[in-house]
Amino acid sequence: MNPIVKQLLIIVVVFAGAMSASAGLIWLERRLLSLWQDRYGPNRVGPFGLMQVVADMIKIFFKEDWIPPFADRVVFVVAPALLVVSVLMSFAVLPVAPGIVVSDLNVGLLFFLGMSSLGVYGIALGGWASNNKYALLGAIRATAQMLSYEVFMGLALMGVVMLSGSFNLGRIVAAQEKMWFCVTQFPAMVVFLIAGFAETHRMPFDLPEAESELIAGFHTEYSGIKFGLFFVGEYLGVTLISAMIVTLFFGGWHGPLLPPVVWFLGKTFVFICGFILLRASLPRPRYDQLMAFGWKVLLPVALLNLLVTGAVVLARG
Amino acid sequence: MTRQTEPMSEPVIENLRQRFADAVLATQATRDAVPTVWCRPGRIRELLRFLKTEVAQPFSMLYDLTAIDERWRTHRDGQPAAEFTVVYHLRSYERNADVRIKVPLSGEYPSMPSITGVWPSANWYEREVWDLFGITFEGHPHLRRILLPHTWQGHPLRKEHPARATEMGPFQLPEEKQIREEEALRFDPAAWGLSAEGHDTDLMFLNLGPQHPGTHGVFRIALLLDGEEIVQCVPEIGFHHRGAEKMAERQTWHTYIPYTDRIDYLGGVMNNLPYVLAVEKLAGIQVPDRAKVIRIMLVELFRIASHLVWYGTFVQDVGAMSPVFYMFNDRERIFDIITAITGGRMHPSWFRIGGVAQDLPQGWEQLVADFLRPMPDRLRSYDKAMMENSILKARTKGIGRMSLSQAIDWGVTGPNLRACGLAWDWRKKRPYSGYEQFDFEIPTAQCGDCYDRSLVRIEEIRQSLRIVAQCLKNMPAGPYKADHPLATPPRKERTLKDIETLINHFLGVTWGPVLPPGEASVGIEATKGNTSYYLISDGGIHSYRTRIRTPSFAHLQQLPELCRGLMVPDLLAIIGNLDYVMADVDR
Repeated sequence: MNPIVKQLLIIVVVFAGAMSASAGLIWLERRLLSLWQDRYGPNRVGPFGLMQVVADMIKIFFKEDWIPPFADRVVFVVAPALLVVSVLMSFAVLPVAPGIVVSDLNVGLLFFLGMSSLGVYGIALGGWASNNKYALLGAIRATAQMLSYEVFMGLALMGVVMLSGSFNLGRIVAAQEKMWFCVTQFPAMVVFLIAGFAETHRMPFDLPEAESELIAGFHTEYSGIKFGLFFVGEYLGVTLISAMIVTLFFGGWHGPLLPPVVWFLGKTFVFICGFILLRASLPRPRYDQLMAFGWKVLLPVALLNLLVTGAVVLARG
Repeated sequence: MTRQTEPMSEPVIENLRQRFADAVLATQATRDAVPTVWCRPGRIRELLRFLKTEVAQPFSMLYDLTAIDERWRTHRDGQPAAEFTVVYHLRSYERNADVRIKVPLSGEYPSMPSITGVWPSANWYEREVWDLFGITFEGHPHLRRILLPHTWQGHPLRKEHPARATEMGPFQLPEEKQIREEEALRFDPAAWGLSAEGHDTDLMFLNLGPQHPGTHGVFRIALLLDGEEIVQCVPEIGFHHRGAEKMAERQTWHTYIPYTDRIDYLGGVMNNLPYVLAVEKLAGIQVPDRAKVIRIMLVELFRIASHLVWYGTFVQDVGAMSPVFYMFNDRERIFDIITAITGGRMHPSWFRIGGVAQDLPQGWEQLVADFLRPMPDRLRSYDKAMMENSILKARTKGIGRMSLSQAIDWGVTGPNLRACGLAWDWRKKRPYSGYEQFDFEIPTAQCGDCYDRSLVRIEEIRQSLRIVAQCLKNMPAGPYKADHPLATPPRKERTLKDIETLINHFLGVTWGPVLPPGEASVGIEATKGNTSYYLISDGGIHSYRTRIRTPSFAHLQQLPELCRGLMVPDLLAIIGNLDYVMADVDR
């Protein structure tokens, strides 16, 4: 096959896969939540309510495209797109199977960290441009939360980098052929998992939205497709973080018998369900408690892990 | 006819007569046997301060403060002349006794001294009296309307104020009126007693509600914030005001029952109980045992239902999204029983003067038993999931703390008071409706914070389950309604056999019962605290004055004290934890 065609094909497949995963997640999350909450959930549109996603899409596309008169128009419109684009960019470095990756970057991991840092702009600007106090409070929370948790996330990953000797995600996966990093880098995995939840500001770290406190937080003023984009961005984030956990700590595509792609997707699916289960089961900490937990618990753990890993790597020569 | 209890021998009256010989005008006999003393308006502040602080075993709680428009009343035998009366209802937990102080006022728009210096909780009560009666309280820090819109004309609980839409002319909303009304809603910090000046940092005003997912109904709070920290908080109520007390004055004794259901709309027949008990006290009706036990069973089922709603919504306010579904499912099981017995769900209006509307249906035992069996296990699993969760503990322990003296000072009752360490439950301390026959505990806690209040309520669910189980086991046989001429609906068996019975039945159904003149205040341990109905009969088919003392009103008033210096999420946790219902606040 022509390499250009092949590359284009991979781009299309990854993009379409990420988008449809996030759309399917809307249905999956609602069905799973309702299962755990002793109720039915959307089960009317199509088989098992699967067409609910389509119905939601139609609804959200045909809603009036409303921009509040007091909002900063340009920023207000750009913000949700910024969020989605920054998350989508990270998918580019994600190795789905050997050879199937959009861009086999040398600094793939740094690229991922950089892009997830950019994501905070979407939220901060959206909250700021809304010119609404609740949105502003949500944006402030989001900024503080994402900036701090970025630190622990990055630090936690350095252990993985040391062990695999590369920032390239493909090589990191390859380095886990014998032993997954979730064993050797257990503390790092825990820190990354928690920081990942905070990065996607999902329950229990949904403080920027905090429905019972801030109404809808940073997207209080959003509706229609612009709100839809924030929504899609959140689900893309969930998919991305789950895929990253699999790539970095759970051996990526590695696994016996089944083809690599299936292993990768299967593992990712399990973590996505884990995200949803956690949402169904935990209350929300307070903003200052979340920050204190990050700086007083996660940071020392990540640093300690780094120290020990470094020592072990040095000792082994 | 029952006798009016003469309270002359009460020690508190002797105390007052000795100390305030010139101020005590008279004593009054009432049907509820609460010692009632008339006092000159000029000395009221002194007299109340004496009762609160100086007397042995003081009356430390201002349980209620309200007024009566006496101008159209005919039966006032032996009472000092007055056009308006302000009534103070005090409670002593040391004595386990109440006292009622009345102040006669004359003049079209009278005024009297404010007692906000004696009890901080008098603040909202005096505002309410001013709002609804036009009585001015001199020295009140912020005397403005509380339940009605600021643009309202008149004071609706005055007798001359119309009660029916037909008496008021058609409602019109021309553009200039709409603009005026909207303008009156504009947020003016000074009018709320808020100021952002004089602080080191830049502060922000935040308007929370009346449409907000966390406020549980139409409730508005103006916040002065430093970042997310609350510097000051001013609650505004009244959005849910429906004039329940005014409506009582034009409904018959019997037809008012459905209105009571909607006061605490999560409490269902719990609201009927204090009302029918008060009417029965006025009429001197003895309720048969079966009716009493049926009432207790339904009331306790509603207590469980209300506490379950509180449990679910409270943990949801703290961020846990799932439990609310489990608790609403349990509540739905309660409603299955309620529907089978009463035909209604949330507002069955099922109690009647003298008993209940119908006998229990066949097979009710099975329904109740099926509900009771799985509940302890389910409650245990909720506790494991929520109350033992460390995030929830971090969010609630030490948050919204009140001391016992603070709680009593602010008129806090019910589970919120018991969480401060005082084991005072109306069902135990002054048993009504046959609660003395039941075996149950009064759960208490010590810290008075959000976590402790939660523990108390959850334990109350278990105790209520015990009571319901005892009702199930020991349901007495017999009539479900008193055989009394004033009980409603009147007996029909012999109506078509002799003309006297037919006439009585006809009058009883068309007019409703005519109650003898008198006053009675009856309170109960309702779902959210102590609810009292203070009824005044002028010997007619209507109530002359109905005062509904609700626990939520007092609890909300204390909110600024509870959340000062905390953060916005704490405020929401406290609101969800206090367990109020806006209809119960605004009436």
